[in-house]
Amino acid sequence: MTRHRKFLIGGAVIAAALGYMIYAGVTQSAVYFVTPSEIQAAPVAGKSYRLGGLVAPGSLKWDPRTLDLTFTLTDGKASVPVRHKGAPPDLFGEGRGAVVEGNWSPDGHFKATLILAKHSEEYKAPHDAGTGYRELMKSLRKAGS
Amino acid sequence: MIPELGQAALVVALALALYGAFAAGISGARGTATLLQSAQHAAVGVFALLGGAFVLLTYAFLTFDFSVRYVASNTNLGTPFYYRITAVWGALEGSIILWGTMLAAYTVVVILTQRERAREFYPWVLAVMLGVLSFFLLVMTVAAPPFQRLSPVPPDGRGLNPLLEDTGMITHPVALYLGFTGFTVPFAFAIAALATGRVGEAWITLTRRWTIIAWYFLSLGLLIGGWWSYHVLGWGGYWAWDPVENAAFMPWLTGTALLHSVMIQERRRMLKLWNLALVILTFSLTLFGTFLTRSGIIASVHAFTQGAIGAFFLGFLALVVLGSLALLAWRWDALRSAGQLDSVVSRESVFLLNNVMLVAAAFTVFFGTVFPLLSEAVRGVKVSVGAPFFNQVNVPLFLSLIFLMGVGPLIAWRRASRENLRRNFVGPILVGVAAAALFWVLGVRSALAALSLALTVFVTATIVLDLARATRARLRAGESVPRAVGGLLVRHNRRYGGFIVHLGILVIALGVTGSQAWSVQTETTLRQGEVAQLAGYRIRFDGLAGNEASNHFRVVGSFTVTNGRATPAVMRPAKKFYPQESSPIAGVDYHLGLREDLYIVLGDFARDGSHATIKVQVNRLVSWIWIGGLILTLGTVLAILPERRRPA
Repeated sequence: MTRHRKFLIGGAVIAAALGYMIYAGVTQSAVYFVTPSEIQAAPVAGKSYRLGGLVAPGSLKWDPRTLDLTFTLTDGKASVPVRHKGAPPDLFGEGRGAVVEGNWSPDGHFKATLILAKHSEEYKAPHDAGTGYRELMKSLRKAGS
Repeated sequence: MIPELGQAALVVALALALYGAFAAGISGARGTATLLQSAQHAAVGVFALLGGAFVLLTYAFLTFDFSVRYVASNTNLGTPFYYRITAVWGALEGSIILWGTMLAAYTVVVILTQRERAREFYPWVLAVMLGVLSFFLLVMTVAAPPFQRLSPVPPDGRGLNPLLEDTGMITHPVALYLGFTGFTVPFAFAIAALATGRVGEAWITLTRRWTIIAWYFLSLGLLIGGWWSYHVLGWGGYWAWDPVENAAFMPWLTGTALLHSVMIQERRRMLKLWNLALVILTFSLTLFGTFLTRSGIIASVHAFTQGAIGAFFLGFLALVVLGSLALLAWRWDALRSAGQLDSVVSRESVFLLNNVMLVAAAFTVFFGTVFPLLSEAVRGVKVSVGAPFFNQVNVPLFLSLIFLMGVGPLIAWRRASRENLRRNFVGPILVGVAAAALFWVLGVRSALAALSLALTVFVTATIVLDLARATRARLRAGESVPRAVGGLLVRHNRRYGGFIVHLGILVIALGVTGSQAWSVQTETTLRQGEVAQLAGYRIRFDGLAGNEASNHFRVVGSFTVTNGRATPAVMRPAKKFYPQESSPIAGVDYHLGLREDLYIVLGDFARDGSHATIKVQVNRLVSWIWIGGLILTLGTVLAILPERRRPA
């Protein structure tokens, strides 16, 4: 066998191995972006989803003792109940957009393993941030003193 | 007045850069010395004007000139002094100015050092560098003008993104941009080589140091970015395979490949085409990264400002890629290798394999990053692949690369004899296998972790073996041990600098392995006085307090930590509330250690201070990643010192 052929075969083996690894990696870790309407229409249990929507006002429940966080994500047409284990992340709240990663549970809710918070580099000043902030400062000063 | 001055400086700089690029190009083609002279002056002028504009923008930040939109968006009256300076490059417009200033500085250094040394390439190098500068100045004047006025002038600014109020964010962009812009120099030389038809070894010898410097700053930028992510973002990790991180990692991978492949061309006159292609690819990836992160086409946790700038970068990227390909095609006949591979078992072929692996890794990162776009275009569904994909595909590649890191420097050129292999590798392999057995006995049950550690030990053994052998030879010549080792490092600084960089990478690999394999975490809610336990630590919640800083208010939890070994310590994770932000920012508290870090994040809390939810992590060996960065620095410094030895 010539050297040239050896290198050619070696290259082909590496390319095939890489192709296989990429193929296997994609099929095993693909995460599908869906909206609440889409997942309500055709939920597949066990498949990984990234579900984006608005946290419906009045739906957020957080129990610090059990670390159970439940809320509803909505896109205006459909609503999906979401359950998560863990404290609500910093950029999370009712009436705000959120993206959760997880899968569909057969008993009719979305089980989130991860809540993605968006950090923006230049952020917009929210119109009502001031009042909430002042109120919080007041109540904390009382608690701290 | 000041903003108009800055804007004018940028416009004049653009005109100068365009003129200089054409003048240098014409002088390259015709050999006109006077044109080259004036192009040089133009380049120095561009540097002065850009530097001046940068200073003016900084001045606007320091004086709270909120009539400038960019200043008003990224600072407010409460922003502390230091962060007012770093806020200058806290967002897009200022980043581009910083980028341009660095590129202009590199250009001036090229003028100072290469004018005589690289006479035949020099006009073209200057033309390319000024051409790239023209592009960035065009972006600054058209797409992202930093001095744009705001009307009416607000009484106070919006403030710097609280996440950027950190020393890591002062240095991270600076290092990263020094890396990105640094690759412009080898790229300019590659284009000059193609333009002049001198595609031999000369351009490689001239750019070796530049490539190392650019590579080093890129490495540093990645590491500082990891450190920032680790101690600021509060998720307990340092790398998330986020598109932004990937954007900087791809040119690092191809740049690393380049550092190795140029050695083959220097030594064996092979891979001319490959090396040129790698330089072009690396430079293109730095542009692609900026396009990716700034165009908003890929959703990222760091959502940057979107705008017309994406189209600018895409256009310029297309110009660079197509132009370079055309030049490669034009010089096709000159790019044939003078040497050829003699054997599959040789240093050349190991280096080649290293290159294939690195480029393959860059490709998988690229593929995974743009996968959502591909799948939407091809199948119409939005699908992304996350960290599991990148880990699954890259871990085997990186482990193979570590193995090759041990083999490459010791295996013989051309054709390795049985004797060469036996002499260099039997010992280290035995040490590696023994280490694997030892780790097993010590309780390492993860096969992947054991393999990674054993490979690390194997490579370390090859380095020690090489150094010991060379030292012994000098001892026989009658030198003392420190003299012998010192002499080796100085005389063969390039070889041993490379070895030390390898050691740095190994130490980083140790940190990554440890943190992936053995870190543990828990999340729990504690009432006052209650204790959480994790990995031998007892963490007692003592209470909450509120206090005020110049530009924010913070809620600080107080936790007493004991672990039976050391004296109890108090840790204070916080939540920071910025008036301009509608949600709080975590203030992580951590104790760093060589063995493990204790890392506490305050999640949720009751306003009366009666209970708090915390996330506790014990992250194993993470500190070694930062220590590896220091070792890498030492090795780089050694490798770029002037060579004392004549090349063999």
